[in-house]
Amino acid sequence: MSWYYIEGILIQSCYTLLIVLGLSILTGYTGMFSFGHAGFVCIGAYVSVICTMALGLPFWLALLIAGLTSMALGTALGKITLGLKGDYFCIATLGVGEAIRLIFNNLNISINVGGTPFVLDGAKGIASIPLKTTFPVALVIVVVFLTATALLMNSKHGRNMLAVREDELAAQMSGINTFRSKMLAMSMSCLFAGIAGGMMAHYFGYLQPKMFLMTKSTEYTIMVIFGGMGSITGSVLGTVLLCALPELLRAVGDWRLVFYGLAVIIIMIVRPKGLMGGKELRLGVLFRKIAGLFSGKNNPPPDQKPPAPEEVSA
Amino acid sequence: MDYYLQQLVNGICLGGMYALMSVGYSLVYSIMNFSNFAHGGVIMVGAYVGFFALTALKVPFWIAFLLCGLGSGLLAIIIERLVYSPLRKRHAPSLYFIISAMGASIFLENFVIATIDGTPRNYPTLFSNNITIGSVSLGLDSLLMIIVSAVSLLVLIFIIQKTKIGLAIRACSYNEKAGTLMGINASMVIFTVFLMGGVLAGFAGMLYGMRFIVKPTIGQVTNKSFVAAVFGGLGSLPGAILGSLLLGIMEIFVASINSNLRDLFVYALLILVLIFKPSGLMGKVVEDKA
Repeated sequence: MSWYYIEGILIQSCYTLLIVLGLSILTGYTGMFSFGHAGFVCIGAYVSVICTMALGLPFWLALLIAGLTSMALGTALGKITLGLKGDYFCIATLGVGEAIRLIFNNLNISINVGGTPFVLDGAKGIASIPLKTTFPVALVIVVVFLTATALLMNSKHGRNMLAVREDELAAQMSGINTFRSKMLAMSMSCLFAGIAGGMMAHYFGYLQPKMFLMTKSTEYTIMVIFGGMGSITGSVLGTVLLCALPELLRAVGDWRLVFYGLAVIIIMIVRPKGLMGGKELRLGVLFRKIAGLFSGKNNPPPDQKPPAPEEVSA
Repeated sequence: MDYYLQQLVNGICLGGMYALMSVGYSLVYSIMNFSNFAHGGVIMVGAYVGFFALTALKVPFWIAFLLCGLGSGLLAIIIERLVYSPLRKRHAPSLYFIISAMGASIFLENFVIATIDGTPRNYPTLFSNNITIGSVSLGLDSLLMIIVSAVSLLVLIFIIQKTKIGLAIRACSYNEKAGTLMGINASMVIFTVFLMGGVLAGFAGMLYGMRFIVKPTIGQVTNKSFVAAVFGGLGSLPGAILGSLLLGIMEIFVASINSNLRDLFVYALLILVLIFKPSGLMGKVVEDKA
C-alpha cells in the first residue's frame, strides 16, 4: 500500500467525519433524523466549486461560503418543519435532499472566466476542479470542528439538545426552548455538511449529482448510529472504521451494505447506544484505568460518570 | 381536449399506484406514529416475486398477482415481528423505529443486489391490445391498473369502516392506550395493519413492474408516496388516496410539459405544502409538539 493510497483513505475519512459530526449533533444529540444530508453536502460542493472556479475566490473563502449557503438552506427548512408534530421534518429532508440533486441534474451553466471555460453540465457535472484538499488541510479543518463540536456539546446548548432527544415534552416543561435547540442543531449540522462538501469536491477533482444519492445520506447516519448516538468519540470511531473497512474488504463487495443494514437493526434491538454507548473516550479516564491495572487494584475511579443518556421507557 | 383527457387517464393510473403504496404507509403511521421507510423494500420484493412467478414459474397472470400480495404481506409481517416488535416491547422512542426501518430498507435493497443482481429487468408483455373508449385509447394494462387499485382500495375502506377489526384500527389510531384499555388487542391490530399494507404494497410492486421495470432500487418510488401522504394529510387514509391521485395526475401533466421536471415538481410541491398547509388536504389539525 503506497502512501498515496493511504492518504486518499485518510482524506476521505476526514471529510466524511465532518459530515458525520454534523449528523451526530442532529441525530445523535438532538434525536432528529435527516434523510437528505447528502443534498446539503451537494450544495456545499457545488457552491464551493463555483466560488473557486467561476469567481476565482481563494479555497478557504469558498469553503466558508459553501458552509454558510448550506446552513442558510438548512435553517430555512428547519424554520418550516421543526415546529410541526410528527415526521414532517424527516420527510421534508428527504424531499429537499432529492430536490437539490435534481436541480443540479438539470442545471446547465457555461461561462468563460478569464479565457478558461467553466462548464457545469447537468448530469455530467463539473470536471477538472483544482485539487486543493490535501491531507494536512483536511486534518486541520477536522480538528478545528471536532473541538468546536466538543465545546458546543459540553455547553448549555448541548445539554439542551440532549434533553430534547430524551423527552421533548419534559424539556419544554423545564423551560428549554426546544424549537431553538432543534434549529441550532439543524443549522450547525448543515454548516458542517456544506464545508465537507467543498472539501470533497476539491479532493475528487470532479462533481456529479449522482455522487449525492439518498443512499449516501443513510450511510452517514449509519456511521453515527454505529459509533453510538450522543458520543463524539463514538462518531469518530464509527466513521474511521466504516470508511476504512470497505477499502480493506473490497472482496466482500455487494454484501457490505447488506451487513450494514443488518447491523443497524441488530444495534437498535440489542445495543441502541452503539459502540461507545453514549460515553466519551476520555484520555484521563483511560490513564487512570491503566494505572489501576498496574497498581493491581481494579476499583474504578469514582468520578467517571459522563452523561450516559438512558433510553426513556414510557 | 382529447390530449388532456388521455393525460388525465394516465395520471389516474399512476395516482392509483401511488395510492396503493401510500395507504400502507399511512396506516402504519396512524397507529404507530413513525414513518415506515422499509415500505419501499416490501414493494420492491413484491415486484420481484411477480417477475419470477411469471418468468421462472410461468404461472398465469392472476396467480402471479396473488403471489405478489402474499409474498409482500408475509415480508411486512416478518419485518414487524423481527424488527419492530422487540422495540415495541421496550417502548422505544419513535426515532429508533425510523432507524430500524431504514436498516431494513438498506438490507432488503442490497440483499436483492447481492443475491439476484442489480440489472433492471423487464416483465414479459402480458397485454398488448388497446381499448378505445370515445377518443381515449387505453392499454389493457393501464385499465387493469385502475381496476386493481380501485378494487383493492374499496376493499380496504370496507374493512376499515365496516368490520370489527377495522373499528379496532380506527380506535387505535385515535388513541392506542385507550383502545387497549377497552379490550382491543393492539398486537393484533398492528399485525393486520402490516398485513394489509404489505399486500397492497405487493400489488403496487407488480403494477409498477408491469408498467416500468424491475430493479432493486424501485423501492425509492415510495418517496413519492410519502409526499402523497403528506400532501393528503399525514396519517389520514382518505387523504392518502386523494393526495396520491392528485399527485399522479399533476405529475403526468408536468411531465407532458417537460419530463425532466417531474421529480423536481413532486418535491417542490412537498415544500409548498409544508409551508402553506402542513396538515395536508384532509389531515387532522397539526398541533405544536406536545
